[in-house]
Amino acid sequence: MSKEKKPKEPLPPLRQWIHVVALGWLIPGGGHFLLGRRGRGALLAGCVVLMFVLGLLMRGTMFQPQTGDLLTTIIYVGGFIADLCAGILYLLTVWLGYNQPDVAGHAYDYGTKFLVGAGLLNVLAMVDAYDIATGKKD
Amino acid sequence: MPKLTLSHFEASLLFAFLTSVVLGVVTKKTDRERLIYGLQTFGYFLLALFGLGWLMYLGHG
Repeated sequence: MSKEKKPKEPLPPLRQWIHVVALGWLIPGGGHFLLGRRGRGALLAGCVVLMFVLGLLMRGTMFQPQTGDLLTTIIYVGGFIADLCAGILYLLTVWLGYNQPDVAGHAYDYGTKFLVGAGLLNVLAMVDAYDIATGKKD
Repeated sequence: MPKLTLSHFEASLLFAFLTSVVLGVVTKKTDRERLIYGLQTFGYFLLALFGLGWLMYLGHG
């Protein structure tokens, strides 16, 4: 029995979605606002901002990219990318001098995970905005 | 900036709630489906939270 592969769908034109995704990265929920999905955008923005602020209040650590063995690279580079995905929240925090050292304790650990989680939730919001901009979703 | 110290349970609950809202919003098409999926996801988070909590408690001896 031969399995036939589906032909790969071509990527929609860049100008159709790049500004939506870029704004969605920079301002959580911004892509949705640009597309006129205000309620959805507000909910997503609220969740991302709240998670990020809770992370800061718990004194979470921002990851700095580090390489070494495979696990170190995955954790630190992956964590840095996830932090960066929170857009303006991350940039403002770093520009304003937030520099929490990595301290032992469950509250600090949760804070770090909340900061990473906020970035990852923003990635979900960006993918949703991409789907709407390219017509894959209503 | 004040420091917030939450218990494991409170922090996990907040994380589960916010993640469930986002997953509900981005995954489904109608508002009703979103609400149901969000609640379902939150329920699964709670189930995992209590399940793993008990597992660690019993495993710890």
